[in-house]
Amino acid sequence: MINQTLGQQAGFNLLWLQSGGCGGCSLSLLNAESPNLLHTLEGAGINLLWHPMLSEETGSEMVRILEAILAGEIRLDALCFEGAVMRGPNDTGRFHMLAGTGRSMLDWVQDLAAVAGYTLGIGTGASFGGITAGGGNPTDACGLQFAETERGGVLGEAYRSIRGLPVINVAGCPTHPNWITETLMQLALGEFSEADLDEWQRPRGYADHLVHHGCPRNEFYEFKASAEEHSQLGCMMEHMGCLGTQAHADCNTRLWNGEGSCLRGGYACINCTAPGFQEPGHPFQETPKFAGIPIGLPTDMPKAWFVALASLSKAATPNRLRQNAVSDHIVVPPQTRKKGRHE
Amino acid sequence: MSKLIVGPFNRVEGDLEVQIETADGVVEKAWVVSPMYRGFEQILHGKDPRDALIYTPRICGICSVSQSIATADALARAGGVERPKNGELALNLIHACENLADHFTHFYLFFMPDFARDIYRDESWFSPVAERFKAVRGRAAPDVMQARAEFMHLMGIMAGKWPHTLGIQPGGSTRSIETKEKVRLLSILGGFRRFLEQRLFNAPLEQMLEIGDQQQLEDWLAAGDPAQSDFRRLLQLSRDLHLDQLGKTDGRFMSYGVYPLEGARTFRAGLWYQGVAGELDTTGITEDISHSWMEGQAEPQHPFQGVTLPSGDPDKGYSWCKAPRLDGEVVEVGALARQLIDGQPLVNDLVQRSGSNVRNRVIARLLEMPRVLIEMEQWVRQLKPSEPYCSDSRTMREAEGVGLTEAARGSLGHWVRIKHGRILNYQIIAPTTWNFSPRDQQGISGPLEQALIGAPVRQGEREPVAVQHIVRSFDPCMVCTVH
Repeated sequence: MINQTLGQQAGFNLLWLQSGGCGGCSLSLLNAESPNLLHTLEGAGINLLWHPMLSEETGSEMVRILEAILAGEIRLDALCFEGAVMRGPNDTGRFHMLAGTGRSMLDWVQDLAAVAGYTLGIGTGASFGGITAGGGNPTDACGLQFAETERGGVLGEAYRSIRGLPVINVAGCPTHPNWITETLMQLALGEFSEADLDEWQRPRGYADHLVHHGCPRNEFYEFKASAEEHSQLGCMMEHMGCLGTQAHADCNTRLWNGEGSCLRGGYACINCTAPGFQEPGHPFQETPKFAGIPIGLPTDMPKAWFVALASLSKAATPNRLRQNAVSDHIVVPPQTRKKGRHE
Repeated sequence: MSKLIVGPFNRVEGDLEVQIETADGVVEKAWVVSPMYRGFEQILHGKDPRDALIYTPRICGICSVSQSIATADALARAGGVERPKNGELALNLIHACENLADHFTHFYLFFMPDFARDIYRDESWFSPVAERFKAVRGRAAPDVMQARAEFMHLMGIMAGKWPHTLGIQPGGSTRSIETKEKVRLLSILGGFRRFLEQRLFNAPLEQMLEIGDQQQLEDWLAAGDPAQSDFRRLLQLSRDLHLDQLGKTDGRFMSYGVYPLEGARTFRAGLWYQGVAGELDTTGITEDISHSWMEGQAEPQHPFQGVTLPSGDPDKGYSWCKAPRLDGEVVEVGALARQLIDGQPLVNDLVQRSGSNVRNRVIARLLEMPRVLIEMEQWVRQLKPSEPYCSDSRTMREAEGVGLTEAARGSLGHWVRIKHGRILNYQIIAPTTWNFSPRDQQGISGPLEQALIGAPVRQGEREPVAVQHIVRSFDPCMVCTVH
């Protein structure tokens, strides 16, 4: 039974739907800790109207919640939509029908977004299309308000939610649990405005940082001491396709699953918070180069300066870094100062 | 005769609709519908083979590591790459962490909340079950999420992040583990062990593995308090609700085996039917599209030859799922199959007595946790920090390879053909594709469609709770099914 008074209750009502993604952002959300997800939501006064993994209501019970929202009986403060929206085949949306309803998710999301206080695209799929829009995009997948870098999506460029914001793109593949919970908490507190969104409508709380910040391989980067194979310790920008200097996210200062990040796990950043990341135009784990110089240099540094500094720092690379960069564990430890040592 | 369309299903991964015809209060016919298609096999066509490691984990957020392992194995096979022992151990630890977290999440957050539904309020066990397992509001949920998140710190250390790690490579793991990290891994495993021993079983894990047959299991149930042990609670309500009679299939089982180490698999591969274990020959695997919304050759194809092309004709079939068959036969996959084929004594006794059913599927899943956690503790101890974790991978021009592994919910296979250094064909058969397959050319239903026949539907029930138990006992993953 739907609580008839829920629409009038204090608190912040959240509905979560999934479409053409992998469910990975929901699974990532369950990794929230200190406190756990349920206590985090409860503390922020956020009511889960329905979530596909957690809720009891199933089948027609769930459809009744959607109908009550559309009828204005339940106030929808935040619509969290996970995964790309699939428009195909031939704009029918039939590649994803909401089970039990005979209606496409394309239709459902357009109706629900029209009554939502805020609409959030959860993950890069819902934000821009993401992986599902890769290859030849066989399902004609796109995001809620973007088709890759192009504004529009299924809700249209002019879309504003009831409280006046465009779609908030909590992009990432998957997205970090705290990127979601912190955005929701800010919305529930009324402390989030359009100025808190970057040019791709991502929350600036995490998107104003670069993955490069806090990378444990920064010393290798400084001296351009590069890894050449997987599992080696050196910087992965020169040969391994790492985009950490260009990717907007705080992965290396916020960390994942207690203490990880892609780079800490030994593999290159693929810039998964960005529109179009799934089609880089070259093998992901190779750095495209022109005349031996990587094409994708840090965006806010003049190329000539980068090349000049890189050749200088390469000439000055300490032996320790040169050797460790191509090893899978530390073979040359930092030296201790001999001055003042006790005999 | 009346027809019900049940959906959307929740507390499963992905999208599912079940259509049933009922008569005299039971299900007479069932159709399992996967209503979502994304086209990974089409997306992969023409890509650099190594790029499959980026795409395939994103088939699924709940078993992304299993998808990575299948890809890495297929590419390793195609390129003739051998892994160092450290690499095998690291990949097994990462894979096992995902599989156990999956069993754990399934039991507490997906399966048990159905017994806290109001339909059971007259049962003697209802009030403690509702208090502990009620969806979202139950006492167990926050503790379970905390324990799961802390267990997943293993992923933070060994895999960078979960889901969608790229650390799983054909040559092994990109992350070397140092001595100081070995002890931290042991403490993470110890934390998870403590939760299982205190709350799930209320017994040492080693003691759980000594229960050798159904009688000993009943004795163990009688010797303790279900209020202190969630596993005892499951056994108690299984007995009261006769869950060993619910959701039966014909019980032909398959497992690819999993967790390879030095030439052997920790769980062995094989087939099992009517008490007889057999060798597995995967050349007999085909996919049938006669009842799927798919285009292609009418005759079932082996995945090396198969194609995945969606049909524009909505009347062509009733699901985006294909119908995989082994030598033309339906097989069930999952933890029950895996442990049966591996020779687990209790699971063998339970299946000999009552076959494949809701209770046995869940017991097999829960008893896999102690078995695998004990292995994980050994694997960590065997890591050798000064030795390599990854061998070089190679660029392939012309090759083919197959990667066969076990996700939590059963057998997962990837078949890749490479030409001119690009992916010519990539075909995936996921566990739920086997279990939730539609009818084939002969009109034979897949395991779930079979298991639903005879399920009771109470007067006026719109979402029959028995159907919910049966569906969730398979722990389906619909996004994997149709990819």
